[in-house]
This record gives sequence, C-alpha cells and structure tokens, in this order.
Amino acid sequence: MTEATIDMTTTAVLKANTATSGGREEFAHTISGTIGKPYLDGKDAKFFCRGVNVFYAGEKQAIFDVNMDIGRNEVISMIGPSGCGKSTFLRCLNRMNDTIAGCRVTGDIKLDGEDIHDKEQDPVLLRARVGMVFQKPNPFPKSIYDNVAYGPRLHGLASNRAELDDIVEQSLTKAGLFKEVKDRLQAPGTGLSGGQQQRLCIARTIAVSPEVILMDEPTSALDPIATATIEELIDELRASFTICIVTHSMQQAARISQRTAYFHMGYLVELNDTKTVFTNPQHQLTENYITGRFG
Amino acid sequence: MEDMNTTQHTSQQYNHELEEARSKLMAMGGLVEAQVSNAIKALLERDSTLGEKVAYSDHEINAMEVFLDEHCAEIIARRQPAASDLRLLITIIKVITDLERIGDEAEKIGRYAVEMGESSTSNELHHSLRHLSQHVKIMLHDTLDSLARMDVKQSMQVVDNDRQVDAEFDSISRQLITHMMEDPRNIKDSLNVTWCARSMERIGDHCKNICEYVIYLVKGKDVRHTNLEKVREEILGTD
Repeated sequence: MTEATIDMTTTAVLKANTATSGGREEFAHTISGTIGKPYLDGKDAKFFCRGVNVFYAGEKQAIFDVNMDIGRNEVISMIGPSGCGKSTFLRCLNRMNDTIAGCRVTGDIKLDGEDIHDKEQDPVLLRARVGMVFQKPNPFPKSIYDNVAYGPRLHGLASNRAELDDIVEQSLTKAGLFKEVKDRLQAPGTGLSGGQQQRLCIARTIAVSPEVILMDEPTSALDPIATATIEELIDELRASFTICIVTHSMQQAARISQRTAYFHMGYLVELNDTKTVFTNPQHQLTENYITGRFG
Repeated sequence: MEDMNTTQHTSQQYNHELEEARSKLMAMGGLVEAQVSNAIKALLERDSTLGEKVAYSDHEINAMEVFLDEHCAEIIARRQPAASDLRLLITIIKVITDLERIGDEAEKIGRYAVEMGESSTSNELHHSLRHLSQHVKIMLHDTLDSLARMDVKQSMQVVDNDRQVDAEFDSISRQLITHMMEDPRNIKDSLNVTWCARSMERIGDHCKNICEYVIYLVKGKDVRHTNLEKVREEILGTD
C-alpha cells in the first residue's frame, strides 16, 4: 500500500485512536442510584430489597443503599471487582452476616413479602428456605449419604428411613451426582473429586427443599469440565429454585444468568438483562469492568 | 473516583490488537476511497489507462478483507470481548464486507471506463453521470469520516443522503430510456452508462449500511430496516 492511499484518512485514524470506548458521550459517569431495570414491575419478586446498607465493625460501610428485586425462578448473577460488596450483599439474603461480629444490616429485605429481619423470623429456618453453596466444596467429614441426609434429619423432613432414602436419592439426582455415587453412598464425601464434592454440597442444599439457592463463586475452584457440569445443573435447577450467584467469571455470568447486577465499591451500579449488560451496558463503570478496562 | 474514565484495557496487548484492527479498517477504507475516486476519474475523463489500473488493483482490498476477518476472529477467540469491544469487532466484520463490495463496484466502473473510453459516448450521457458520481464520492468520504470519528449525527446524515442518490439514479434511468427510444443506435452506450450509474447507486447503498453499523457501534441499537424518522427520533431523542 502506498503512502498516498492511506493519507486520505490519516487524520481520521488519529481521531479514532483518541476516541473513547464506543465513542459514547452520554454514558453515566457518576453513581446515582442504579441504572437499568432493578425492579420487576408487575411481576412478583421472590426477594424485595430496599435501602439495604451493611456496616462492619467500626462503622465501615460495605454496602450503600441497594434497591433491587430478585425474580422467581431466575438466575441472577452478581459481578464486580474484589471488595465491591457482592458477596456481602449475597450474605444479607439469608442473614449469614448475623454470624459476623459487629456486622449490622439496615433496610428492608423481604422474602415472599415476609421481612427476613422480623423478630419472629428464625434464621435457621430462613437458611433452610434460602440455602447457600460456597466457593470451596465443604462436605462434612461423613458419608455421602449422611452429608445429604443431615439437613432433612435436622429439620425432621422424613418420618422414616425409606422417606429419607428417597430424599437423598432425589437430591443427588437433581444435583446430577446420583449415577456416579449410587454404589458408594456410604463412602466418605471428602473422597470425591472437587467437582463431585461441589455437586454433593448442592445436593445437600437441595435436600431441605429451599426456595432460593445462593452461590458464592461455586466453580472458581473447579476445572472447566466440572464447571460446565455445574453450570448445566444451575440451568436445570432454575425450574424449581431461584438462584443468586456471585462470580468472578464474567463469561460465566453471561452464560448462565438471566439478569446481571454490577456492584462497585459497595454500590449497585447497574442491574439489567444479562444480554444488555454484556452487549450494551449503560454505565461507564460497567462497560469498563466488562471489557477489562480496570487497572 | 479517578478510574472512572479509563479507556485503556488492563491488558496492553489487547489494546494493541483492537487498535490494529481499527487502523487496518481505516486503511482499507482509504484504499477503497482511492479506488472509487480513480474509477470515477477514469470514467469522466475517459482515461482507459487509469480505468485499467483500477480494475486490476481490487485484489489489495480483497486481501485486507481476508486479513481483517482473520484478525477479528482471533481476537474473539482469544479475548472473549464484551460490550463496546464486541460491538467494535462485529462492526468491523460487517463493514469490511460492504467496503469490499464497494471495491467491486469501483472495479466494475473501471472496466466500463476502459470500454467507454474507446467508444464515442455522447458528452450529454457522460455529463449525466458527473453529478451522481460527485454525490457518491462525498457520501463515501462522509461515511469513512463518521466511521473514524464514530459520529452518529453524520452517519444519520449519510443514511438520509442515500435517498437522494436513489432519486438521482432513477432520474438518470428515465433520461437514458428517452435517449434509447430516440435512436436505437444509442442503446449500447446508454446501457454502459446505466451500469455505471447502477454501480454508483450500489456504492451509496453500501455507505448507508456502513453508517447503520456505526450507529449500532456507538448506540448499541440495530437500526437496519427501520423507518428513518423513527430512527432519528430514537437515536437523537436520547442525546
């Protein structure tokens, strides 16, 4: 190519090089409320959160005025840089923050219209309705069977052994693990592979028939195949449960969730359909994070 | 919050890859613009040599299209781009198809320039192409300019201008039909002029497509096959 042919658009190229991402000028640059669709107008929400603030010991505020709805049978993912408050917010939903000394949660959080902070509300029962799966698979040092049977026994969900067997089989089947472990239900749960252990933890969560499953980085300790299995599972579980997942993998959020929430420094910056968030985010901060522009 | 205006990726290499795609795209645009402008010059000035040169230079544009396609596919495979980066790559992949086709039209015009340079097409016929060709040249220039600057307003203007180009083409067609009916010996020349006008009109269509991709790139809205007034209302209304 000759110099002359390029010359015509050289100035244009220079201009393009200095243009900002997407050339968009009307991006919101400040945080004032949440951009997108944080509320489910007309549809009844499973979780209703208004004005949620979280303070840690010494009055350090971790979450600032989060307002959002979480729909029934949806997978909602929460993304954001480390320390943005996504896990803290997730833990508000089943009052796991109660277990942290000096942690204070204010604001309204309602599960099916019931205030979860109500004095009548038993946090143990709440956590049976809103189960949780953690980053590191944490099976009890018990047999596979007992791991799954633990919750139903605690809550008295089965009146005899046959019923309990049934719950264990159902839960393991839903978690996609039954076929692999049916001949060694009495073997220790800790002897399974990482991916199997995580599915065992999901089976353990499902066993008490929760309504919502919270997942905090459920696949970050797993290899890609085990991750794919869990993601497939999450999609199947959506038919029966509401799933909130915190993930560091943006691709994972893009693959499995219907709505995506972007947190930044304790604020819920944007909440929108996953498709919109990943193709046409409305806030500059979301755009920067999604496209890998945070240094 | 000082990190709010970050425009650079954490990965410098990723920046370079996207930048290369963008500058190669503009270089391809420059090449196409030169081809079109030479083809039109060859046609209007009856310069067969230049026409021949245009007709045989199209392969450079084709090679750039292939290169950019591969480059974009590689970025998608390696980086899993999202949001504006994803839209940029999709836009590039789409735009180069239209640019390549504009190149093809320039090649055709070049070939007709060779053919017509040797015949004695009447000046009157030639003159009818002058205005349309100027119009199309400006339209292509504005298209590349709005692409480089990601200028939505200018893109809307180009989309709008395409209607005028279409109207001019229709008027030339009518003029040529009259000319052919007057004397059947004019048919051969008139047809050649028609094909040239047709190629120019097609270049206008491709420019319009490119500008629609620019709007998609910047606004994230697909405005193809939509009523122009509605688009204007939607796009400029949100400014």
